[in-house]
Amino acid sequence: MQQQQGNRFFFNVDWITVLIYIALCAVGFINIFASVPPEKSAIFNFNTLYGKQLIYVLTGLVLGLSILLFDGRVFNVFSPFIYGGTLLLLMAVLVIGNKVAGNQAWIAIGSFKLQPAEFAKFGTALLLARYVGSFNPKFRDFKSIAIAALIVGAPLVLIMLQPDTGSALVFLAFMFPLYREGLSGYFLLIFLGMIVLFIADFLVPTYILILIITAVAGLFIYNNRRKQKIIFSTVLVTVLAIGYLFLIKVAYEKVLAPHQRSRIELMLGLKTDNRGAGYNVIQSQIAIGSGQVTGRGFLEGTQTKYGYVPEQSTDFIFSTIGEEWGFLGCSVVIALYIFLLLRLINLAERQRSTFSRVYGYSVACILFFHVFINIGMTIGIIPVIGIPLPLISYGGSSLWSFTILLFIFLKLDSNRMGFF
Amino acid sequence: MDQLFNRKYIIQGLFIVIALILLGKLFYIQVVSDKYFLSAESNVLRKIYKYPARGAILDRNMKVIVQNEPVYDLMVTPSEVKPFDTLALAQALEISVADVRKKLKKAKAQSAYQATFFDRQISVQSYARLQEIMYRFPGFRTQDRTIRHYPDSIAGQLFGYVKEVSPDDIEKSEGYYKPGDFIGKSGLERSYEDFLRGEKGVINMLYDAKNIAQGSYSAGKYDINAVSGDRLISSLDIRIQRLGEELMKNKVGAIVAIEPSTGEILAFVSSPGYDPNQLVGKDWGKNYMGLLANPYRPQIVRPIAGQYSPGSSFKPVDALVALQDGAIDPNTTFTCPGYYQAGNHKVKCEHIDGTINMQRGIARSCNTYFCHVFQNIITKNGMKNQRQTYAHWHDQIAKWGFGQKLGIDMPFEKKGIFYQADHYDKIYGKRWGYTTVISQAIGQGEITSTPLQMANVMAAIANRGYYLKPHLIKGIGDKKVVKKEYLEKNYVGIDEKYFQPVIEGMRDAVNSPWGTAKESRIPNILMCGKTGTVQNPHGKNHSVFIGFAPMDNPKIAIAVIVENGGFGGSYAAPISSFIVEKYLTDSIKPKANGYTVKAFAETNLLPAIIDKTKKPKPVKTDSISVKKLDSIKKLKDSLKLRSATIKTVSTKPKELKTVLTDKPVIQK
Repeated sequence: MQQQQGNRFFFNVDWITVLIYIALCAVGFINIFASVPPEKSAIFNFNTLYGKQLIYVLTGLVLGLSILLFDGRVFNVFSPFIYGGTLLLLMAVLVIGNKVAGNQAWIAIGSFKLQPAEFAKFGTALLLARYVGSFNPKFRDFKSIAIAALIVGAPLVLIMLQPDTGSALVFLAFMFPLYREGLSGYFLLIFLGMIVLFIADFLVPTYILILIITAVAGLFIYNNRRKQKIIFSTVLVTVLAIGYLFLIKVAYEKVLAPHQRSRIELMLGLKTDNRGAGYNVIQSQIAIGSGQVTGRGFLEGTQTKYGYVPEQSTDFIFSTIGEEWGFLGCSVVIALYIFLLLRLINLAERQRSTFSRVYGYSVACILFFHVFINIGMTIGIIPVIGIPLPLISYGGSSLWSFTILLFIFLKLDSNRMGFF
Repeated sequence: MDQLFNRKYIIQGLFIVIALILLGKLFYIQVVSDKYFLSAESNVLRKIYKYPARGAILDRNMKVIVQNEPVYDLMVTPSEVKPFDTLALAQALEISVADVRKKLKKAKAQSAYQATFFDRQISVQSYARLQEIMYRFPGFRTQDRTIRHYPDSIAGQLFGYVKEVSPDDIEKSEGYYKPGDFIGKSGLERSYEDFLRGEKGVINMLYDAKNIAQGSYSAGKYDINAVSGDRLISSLDIRIQRLGEELMKNKVGAIVAIEPSTGEILAFVSSPGYDPNQLVGKDWGKNYMGLLANPYRPQIVRPIAGQYSPGSSFKPVDALVALQDGAIDPNTTFTCPGYYQAGNHKVKCEHIDGTINMQRGIARSCNTYFCHVFQNIITKNGMKNQRQTYAHWHDQIAKWGFGQKLGIDMPFEKKGIFYQADHYDKIYGKRWGYTTVISQAIGQGEITSTPLQMANVMAAIANRGYYLKPHLIKGIGDKKVVKKEYLEKNYVGIDEKYFQPVIEGMRDAVNSPWGTAKESRIPNILMCGKTGTVQNPHGKNHSVFIGFAPMDNPKIAIAVIVENGGFGGSYAAPISSFIVEKYLTDSIKPKANGYTVKAFAETNLLPAIIDKTKKPKPVKTDSISVKKLDSIKKLKDSLKLRSATIKTVSTKPKELKTVLTDKPVIQK
């Protein structure tokens, strides 16, 4: 017991997760190093991207370890304040934020730049966990769903106002923890259906879609012709789906910005534009594809070295991995992520408190959204959405916010035998 | 543990499915498809071509006649251009500021990242001025390359021109030519393109996304050095080429001179000519359009593309074939009453000579004599077998090169017209005989030949029975290789013994008091020749002379055609004599009759331009349309005036002189 008391702070920490965390940070550092033009990497320099990233990684590690020093209960208790604080930051950024590339997403404090959207993720995760943990709603009633939607929706709307669609999209990840806690699977199905219809609406003429939907609904009603309730809900769903189809048309033209529209059209192969909007995606795919099985080798990637992929150290860092380390390297990175995600889910499931479990699920699903959207974007299966690859992409805000997100959970997990 | 616990597996399953989708796409673009790998290579790898110097061309005395000259282009890479002092650049280039803007806009439209031409062939002065202030214009650079230069400004049609490749050329070359390469488009530049162009060098360079060079690929392991083009030694003698062009000034026509023993072409004059330097560099388009607009059509290479009736110059061949066939012997005589009666039609003779033999018939160019010879040849196997006999005769004549390409090393050689018996069958059925085609006896009617073919006939006679294919290049590269086909003798099927009487007749044509070319006698040199006066339905007759010299051991065979020159003896023969004399003695002695090169050079024989738009005459190219028994009137003229280019009615050249006598106008 004396020994346990001696390193009480680090007692029961899941070091395997920490190792994966360090491994991913290392992958990030190595590939950011490779993305810097060769002449600038000759001497180690803290003003270069990799130099700064090293500082971010080290400070991130310190930050993570210091989180472990807290008492896990703090996060539960203070979650409303943390959430409130991040909301305030999100509002502040709309007023005093720096505009970078059309997005008002940064608050500059001296030379230090803060991206509130990154921190809003764990604020939201904490409050959602607190809500579910305290009231144990099963999401069978409108009220509980509305409260959860409000908790997630408030930061989401504020982020949309920046506008930073990519970061806002990540908040949809909270659907999964809610699903785990009892939200009907139909919500996921409806969500999936909306995505499918959205894409189908671009590829197939609307009237054919309507015919198909009506035909399927008709068949379904015919098979269940004795069950009035099913007939009623099917008709409702059909009408909503058709209404949605028309809504897409309007929303697509009125709500989305031109660059977002062209990204979607490029992804669906409806247009090609290798010099303009499609340049990033094409060049990223070329870089990754040219890595072939084993890659060109560390610092040997010509597309990487000669700057063919824009945003290469940030959102498109995966292209460097693909080019220099090939299919094998990509597989290792994806395996690391999947291992981390599955482990986080398993850790979440072993929690005694609902708070910790919901938080754990939130962490895993946020990471999952980031990984899927980011890698999907670099290989052209998802439209370009500018969100970082967790722990690997260059950038302090992103790295620290993922570190905080993860280490809070690790702290909660180490206290899993505790009192919540 | 509640029932919701199972939802863990759904979520974990989703993670795994998505990961597999990502890996699947990665597997496709990294392992299955090599499209991305190739795109990556083309992203970074640029082949920088090094252009070799094009081969020079020398004349037979090793004087350079085609060489290369450095020129400077101003290139611009629009993406690297920063705001600059447009006025300074405009002043350096001696163009207006508006032009600078226009050119920059044009370059931008072509490519923002590639270097494109801003201004081609800037003057040496501009180049020097620019060198000092170049640092003020980022994104601009000068590039030197070479263009053709012709120090003597002669033989434009012969050399042809070099021009940037067309998309068509690129396709045909199966990848050898790239946009911006140059290729010989006509003349020798075209026919010897493979030797002249040399081998392009390649440097493999790596470029970054901003199109800035980052060094060579694999330390230059795959680079290739440029190899200069082969030097060509031409058979031309620049002295007589220049003389020939001088003599043909203000005349339409051609001169071809051949060294009989080798088939090497000594002079190749096409008139009107042009300065080959016109068709070089940036003024190409303007000057080329100028040539096209010239109603005398200087772009026609008349020695091989002009098709003229050989006229009386055909008679020696006639005589030789008749002798070989036994249709006549050298002493056969015919009586000339001043015409020859061919069925219901008379072939006129220029004189009434009474009874003459072959030697005199040649010297006097007697139409009657040769119509009889032709009659004898075609009817020798009986009146009923005329068709077969004609076919045999056709084959004998064809051996001399009539009606076929001689295979000169120049593109676009014409065959001339010389019909097989079948042709007449088509028009007349079985009902035709020697009278139908009698005009061929005197080289008129349905027979045309190029000046090259005529000169070649002379070479064959000079050689007493064979010719070597005429050619313009006698040595390729340092080893002085000659194409094998130009070393083979082509026999014309006449025994050597028959040549002497014919050659004597040709000697008399020039050297006897009764000869048709007696005014063209060269002191101390026995030139043999034959005049021809080609009937021309469009205007004054064409003056033709073919010959060779000296009579024994001939060194030069020549054919001269002066369109609208009248009698063969009036222009073509004297011009030939000057060239032969110059070639054999390297000088021209004053003539007893007062003929001078200067006088001939100054004589203007350009025909008046007739506006054919007024009364369009169908040009009969199809032989089927030649229905009449006597087709003399259906002659074609090499000077087919295109109605489109001619606006005015009869714009007579100022110095046009109508030569009435067979003597040229001598200017004292």
